[in-house]
Amino acid sequence: MSVLVVGGGIAGIQASLDLAESGVKVYLVEKLPVIGGRMSQLDKTFPTNDCAMCILSPKLNEVARHENIEIINNADVVALEGSAGNFKVKIRKRPLYVDREKCTGCGVCATLCPVNAVDEYNEGMNFRSAIFLRYPQAVPKVFAIDKSKCIGCGICYNACVAKAVDYNQKEEIVELNVSSIILAPGGRLFDAKKRGEYGYGIYKNVITSIQFERLLSATGPFEGHVYRSDGKVPKRIAIIQCVGSRDEKTNPYCSSVCCTYATKHAILAKEHIPDVEVHIFAMDVRTFGKGFEEYANRAKKEYGVIYHKARVANIMEKKDGNLLIKYEKDGHSYEEEFDLVVLSIGFEANEELRKYSEIFGIDLNEFGFVLTDSFAPIETSKPGIFVAGVASEPRDIPESVAMASASAAKASEFATERSFAKKEEFPPERNVIGEAPRIGVFVCHCGVNIASTVDVVELAEFAKTLENVVFADHVLFACSADTQEKIKRAINDYELNRIVVAACTPRTHEPLFKRTLMEVGLNPYLFEFVNIREQCSWVHTDRARATEKAKALLSAGVAKAKLLEPLQFVEVEVVKKALIIGGGLAGMVSALELAKQGIESYIVEKESELGGNLRHIYYTIDGKNPQEFLKRLIKEVESNPKIKVFKSSVVESVEGFVGNYKSKIKTPNGVEEVRHGAVIVATGAREYKPKEFNYGHPKVITQVELEERIAKGEVPNSVLMIQCVGSRNEERPYCSRICCQVAIKNALKIKELNPDAEVFVLFRDMRTYGFLEKYYEKASKQGVVFVHYTPENPPKVNVNGEEVEVEFYDEILGENLIAKPELVVLSAATVPNEDNEITSKLLKVPLDANGFFLEAHPKLRPVDFSTEGIFLAGIAHSPRLIPETISLSLASVSRAMTLLSKDKLVMDANKAEVTKERCDACGICVKACPVNAIEIVEFKTRTGVELKASVKKAVCLGCGICSASCPKGAIVVKGFTFDQIKSAVDNLLEVVV
Amino acid sequence: MKIVTFACNWCSYAGADLAGVSRLKYPEDVRIVRVMCSGMVNPAWILRAFRQGADGVVITGCHPGDCHYMVGNYYAKKRYLLLKELMKFVGFEDERLKLLWASASEGKKFAEEMDSFKKLIEQLGEQKQLRWTP
Ligand code: FES
Repeated sequence: MSVLVVGGGIAGIQASLDLAESGVKVYLVEKLPVIGGRMSQLDKTFPTNDCAMCILSPKLNEVARHENIEIINNADVVALEGSAGNFKVKIRKRPLYVDREKCTGCGVCATLCPVNAVDEYNEGMNFRSAIFLRYPQAVPKVFAIDKSKCIGCGICYNACVAKAVDYNQKEEIVELNVSSIILAPGGRLFDAKKRGEYGYGIYKNVITSIQFERLLSATGPFEGHVYRSDGKVPKRIAIIQCVGSRDEKTNPYCSSVCCTYATKHAILAKEHIPDVEVHIFAMDVRTFGKGFEEYANRAKKEYGVIYHKARVANIMEKKDGNLLIKYEKDGHSYEEEFDLVVLSIGFEANEELRKYSEIFGIDLNEFGFVLTDSFAPIETSKPGIFVAGVASEPRDIPESVAMASASAAKASEFATERSFAKKEEFPPERNVIGEAPRIGVFVCHCGVNIASTVDVVELAEFAKTLENVVFADHVLFACSADTQEKIKRAINDYELNRIVVAACTPRTHEPLFKRTLMEVGLNPYLFEFVNIREQCSWVHTDRARATEKAKALLSAGVAKAKLLEPLQFVEVEVVKKALIIGGGLAGMVSALELAKQGIESYIVEKESELGGNLRHIYYTIDGKNPQEFLKRLIKEVESNPKIKVFKSSVVESVEGFVGNYKSKIKTPNGVEEVRHGAVIVATGAREYKPKEFNYGHPKVITQVELEERIAKGEVPNSVLMIQCVGSRNEERPYCSRICCQVAIKNALKIKELNPDAEVFVLFRDMRTYGFLEKYYEKASKQGVVFVHYTPENPPKVNVNGEEVEVEFYDEILGENLIAKPELVVLSAATVPNEDNEITSKLLKVPLDANGFFLEAHPKLRPVDFSTEGIFLAGIAHSPRLIPETISLSLASVSRAMTLLSKDKLVMDANKAEVTKERCDACGICVKACPVNAIEIVEFKTRTGVELKASVKKAVCLGCGICSASCPKGAIVVKGFTFDQIKSAVDNLLEVVV
Repeated sequence: MKIVTFACNWCSYAGADLAGVSRLKYPEDVRIVRVMCSGMVNPAWILRAFRQGADGVVITGCHPGDCHYMVGNYYAKKRYLLLKELMKFVGFEDERLKLLWASASEGKKFAEEMDSFKKLIEQLGEQKQLRWTP
C-alpha cells in the first residue's frame, strides 16, 4: 500500500523521500505546478547562511527521479473515504495546458510569450510570462499556462518543437487507494496590510520580509541587488518584528522563525551593502534554536547589527520616501528615520487547512492549525493521518524536516509491503573487460536550445573523427523515450561499450541514461555526459565559437570515456537491528517505533532504570501527566519482545560500518556482543548545576528542584526566578531553549495551587515561542511579574544566614529594587552529557562547539550524522521540549528505516580505491578523509606482512580529498581517476579555437 | 585563449548551470571540468593544463563551510596557496590561477567572474612559459 503526502514543500519532500527510500510508494500532491514550497523562495538559510537552493535542489531532483514517488502537481484532494490502512482519496488535477510527458522544460515558449504577469515567486516585484516555470530549478520541470493571463495568441503552441502545448487539456479526477496520509501543506504568511499603522501597501519603501528575501537573492528581481522603489540603495534599514505575531488583534502566538530570519536579513544586508546600518526592533529576540543565539551574537559583534528592545507604534512616510518610525523603549518614546523598512511577517494557518479539516475529518486548534497532542506531536485527531511542518505550528526548516521524517515513520506503520527497484529487472551485464573501447556518441538538439547556437550536425560529424568512436548521431531530444530506444539499438548493433551523450547537465539526466545502459546489459558507469547546453549553447552567442567549444568539450568527454571502467555498485548486507544508546524518552520512543516497523533493537542505558530526564518532569505546561506517560512507555518497552534493554550498561566498542556493526556492551553480567545495522544516539543531556547566584544555599534552587518540591506539595508563597543561568554567556553561548517555558510552567503551577503567591521572573528575553506564547500571556494576566535585565547589569543574590535577598535594576522605574523571596529559583542551562566525548570517539561522530552532537547538516539533515548508519535523537542534539524530542526521535527511526528496511544497501560505485603497489602507508589520506573511511591495515604478501591503506567502501563518499592528498597517486576515486581527468584536460585543450 | 575551470559537482557546477539557465553570457574560452569536490582537484592536473597550453585555470568550489564533504574546499584553498607560491617561485605568472567560491545560486557571479578572469588573462597574453612545445 502507499502513502499520500499533501504538500510539496520541504516537509512534504522529506517525508516522501524517507518513505520512498524505505520502499513505500508515495503520491505527492502539490497545489502549484511545481514543488519546492516556501524554501525555494529563500536566498540563504540561517544560522549557516547556506544557499537555500544549493541544498534544496538536489532534493528536488531526487524526488523527481525516485521510482517510488509519483508527483501529482497542480492538484488538490477533494474527497476522502475509508479509514487508516485503507483510505480512498479523490484528487483533482487542474490542467497545465502543457503535456507533462512531452515538455522538456527548455523554456523557449516563455521567452516568446508576449504577456507580462505578476511574478508570485518574486513576491510581485517583477514579471513573468503567461506560460511559465515558477523558478529555474523547479521540479517537475514542466511549463504551465496561467489561463487567467493567457491571451491565446498561439505563439507558444507554434514555437514548441516538442509539441507539448495543449490548450484543450481538461481537468482530471484521479482516485487512489492509500494506507495513510501525511498533511504538509505549510503555512501562509501574514498579510501585512492588516497592520495599517505600518503603511504596507501604501508606503513604497515598506516591504515584507519575504520580499526582502527575494531582493537579496541572486535569482531575485534585481539579481541580488537591494534597491528601494526609487532605485536608491538603502543606507538605513529598519526591521520590525512580530508583524502579525504576538498580537492580540491578529495572531496571539509567536511565529518562532522571524527573529532568526531577521538576524539573517540583517547580516545579508550588511554583506550586500557594507555601509548600511540595520536596526531590528523586537520585544524579545527569540533566537532559541541550535546555533541561533551564536548567530545573533555574530550579527551584533561582527556585523554591527543593532537590536532594540522596543515596540514600534507607527510609521510615517516623508516626501523623499524615507520613513519615520515611532517606537517605545524603556518606557520612553523615540522617533527615527530610515530609508527602508522590512516587516518581519509571521506564519498563519494555511487557508486550505479548513477545507482539509472537513474533507479529512481532523480537528484544528484555536488558531486554525492542525491540532496535535504533546505526547503524540505527529498524529492528527484521525488515525492514519499525520502532520508535518508548519501545518501544526510555526516552525523552522530543521524542525519541519525532522517532523517530516517522523511523520514518514508513523505513516509507514500502515504500509505493509515495501518495494525496491530490483536488479533482476535488468538483463545480465555484458563483460567488456579486455575489449577495446567502442564509443557511441549522441548529440542532442534539445529542440532549438542547443541546435540554434551549436552546429550539432557538424558536432556529430566531428565525433566520428575521434579515436575509438564507432558510432555518432544527432537527435532532437536525447532524453526522449525514442532516443533511449535508439541508444539501446546502437549499443547492440555496433557492439558499443561506452556511451557519450552531449546534451544538458548531468545533474538532472544522468540517471536516465545510466538506466538505459543497464537495460541492454551495459555497465552504467560506462557512460559520460557532456554538457553543451547549460555550459555552452545557453551561455554563448557566437555560433562558430560555441561549436568549437562544444567540440573541445566533446573530445574531452570521449577521451575520459575511453578510460572508463565498468564499476560495481557497492553492496552491503544489512543486519536489520539497531543499537540505541540511551534509554530516556528519545531512546524508548525510538525503540518502540522501530519495533512497530518490525525491527529489533538494543537499548543501552547507563543508569539502573529507564526514563532519563523524564523521570524528573511531573506536569507539563498544557496540563498533561508525564509520569503516567513514562510508566506506560517503560511498560511497553520492557514487555516488547523486539526490544532488549541493557541497564547499568555502557557500550564498550563499535566496529564495522553502515548496515553491519558489531558492538560490545558492558553489562553487570559481563560483556555482550551484538550485531546491528544502525546506531541511534539518544544519550540526552542534563540540567546545569549553577556556580552563580549562591546556588547551594537551601533557598536557592533550580527549576527542576522546584518542580520536584511542588510535586511533593511544597508550594512556596513567594519566588523569584532568574532566567538564563549558565546559558547565553561566555562559557555557554547557546540558548537552552526550554527554560523560559519551564519557568512559566512552574509559575503557573504555583499560581494554580496558591493564587496569592508572589512570582517574579527576571529575564533577558522571554522565549516562549510558537503557541507557548499563550502561557506567557496567561502568566502575566495571573499576576506573575516579569522584569527585564541585561547581562551587563545582572541581578545579585545576597545571602544573609538563612535569608536570601535579590537586588535587581528595574528599567522602567530606573532604580535598583530589593526582593526577599522565600525561594530564588534559577532557570539553569541544559548542558551536554559528560560522556558525549566518549560516545563521539566510539562512533567517530563529531560534537559541536558546545559539546552537543553535531548533525550532518543543520538544515536538511537534522538527525543524520555525516557518517552513514548513525543517527541522532532527542536532546543529545540540542535542548528541546517533550514533543520536539519525540519528533526528533521518530525522525531518527525514519532515517534509520531507509537502511534497515532493505536486505542489501546498494551504493554508488564512485568510491576511492587504493593501488596497493604504490601505497607506502604514510597515512596522509587517513587524516584527510572527512568521514574516516580509510584505515591502514596489514596485508599478507609473499615477503611477509605489509601495511597499506584500505578504503571502507561502504563509508566512503567519493569526494576525492584523499586522491589529491596522496603524494604517490596511490588512491583514486573511480570515475574521477587521475588519468581520466588528466586525459579530459589534455583533450579539452587540443582543439584550438 | 583557453581557460580550464574545475567545478565541484554540488555548488559551482550547479552555479555554472544556473548561469546557463539564466542565459547569462561569458566567453567561450571557459571550459568546465566537473569534479565531485574542489578538494579532489589534483595540483598535477592544473600544471598539466598549463603544460598543454591553458592560459588560465580556475578552481571553483562551494563557499567555506558549504562543502558537501565538509572540508574539501579548505584543502583546495591550501593547495591553491601552495601552488601559487610555487608558481611565483619559479617565476610563473601566478595570476593565471584563480580560486573562486561560487554557490549553486550564484549563476551571475559565476558568469561575471569568468568574464573578468578572461579579461585579466587577455592582458597577460598567451601563456607560453609552461606550454610544452615539441
Ligand atoms: S563539494 Fe563543493 S567544494 Fe566540496
